[in-house]
Amino acid sequence: MTFLETAPDKSRWSGFVHGMRLGLPVAPGIMAFGLVVGAAAARQGLTFLQSLAMNFFVCSGIAQLVALEIWPAVMTWAAVLTVAVLAGVVGARLFLMSVAMRPWLAERPAWQAYTALFFLTDATWLIAMRYRADGGRDVAAYFGAATAIMAAWLAATGVGYFVGSFIADPTKYGLDLVMPAFFAAMLVPLWVGPRRAWGWLVAGIVAVAVERLIPGWWFIVAGSIVGAVAGGYLDEQTE
Amino acid sequence: MSADLGAFGVWAAIAAMAIVTYAIRAGGFWLMGYVPLTRRVRSILNALPGSVIVAIILPLAVRGGTAATVAVVTALAVMALRRNDLLAVVCGVGAAAFVRALVL
Repeated sequence: MTFLETAPDKSRWSGFVHGMRLGLPVAPGIMAFGLVVGAAAARQGLTFLQSLAMNFFVCSGIAQLVALEIWPAVMTWAAVLTVAVLAGVVGARLFLMSVAMRPWLAERPAWQAYTALFFLTDATWLIAMRYRADGGRDVAAYFGAATAIMAAWLAATGVGYFVGSFIADPTKYGLDLVMPAFFAAMLVPLWVGPRRAWGWLVAGIVAVAVERLIPGWWFIVAGSIVGAVAGGYLDEQTE
Repeated sequence: MSADLGAFGVWAAIAAMAIVTYAIRAGGFWLMGYVPLTRRVRSILNALPGSVIVAIILPLAVRGGTAATVAVVTALAVMALRRNDLLAVVCGVGAAAFVRALVL
């Protein structure tokens, strides 16, 4: 019953549809990326069912693309371990995104929270943060966005699997920059004055420095943590 | 460790990737269940989303060439002016495609 009591403002369905609409701006980027990942899976000899399973259960575009890049023709236990570690390293930013979901999802029953986290991607996380910053509380909106994005992802990777080799380079139309542009746009609703932005500045400086010094994706993790802690302390001191 | 696992190996690799990825997705939320939500922790969590976004896009804008910088700056500007995320993404990507067309 808490399900109904905590969100009495709207019906489940209208929240769900609202969420699907929130997923719309990223759909072209997800689809362009999906075509590339689907094509990569076909090129590496995965069956369609294997490709579909990976797209649904792993559902992490960059991690899949990197893993498929080094996908061995002969799969050994050592190779299984390698792709698993790779998925962890590339997906490390998702851990921090999961941390940031705590204040919202902690209000929900555990089964809802852990189901929601299965669908945690760059896009769904951004939409969730923006929705919360705008005062949204309905978890159905999150599931709406997650459904729309998963549908676009599965459709695009499926098409990419079969016709990927015929597709022109998506970078030609700037489609590879949809996610960066969406990330940038989502920063604006999070802006609550320059006080909290000091942490963002620290995050940016640390990320750029680490990106130059350490190969891989660690710059995201390092920049985010140092920036958030710095921002958190500065925020508290000035209160 | 070097025996060929065949089709089973491919399924094992997909399953391993899925398990690791879900552990990461759920792990941050789960771990924070053991951290008391003091005012300081809340302040840090408040600063986290923006920090993650900046840590992802700034190195990209700095290193990713003119097109990436143009996409990020245009999307930021359009969003700040119009508060429309679809428009911001379309303008950002369009501007980047324009820049690439000029360069190529």
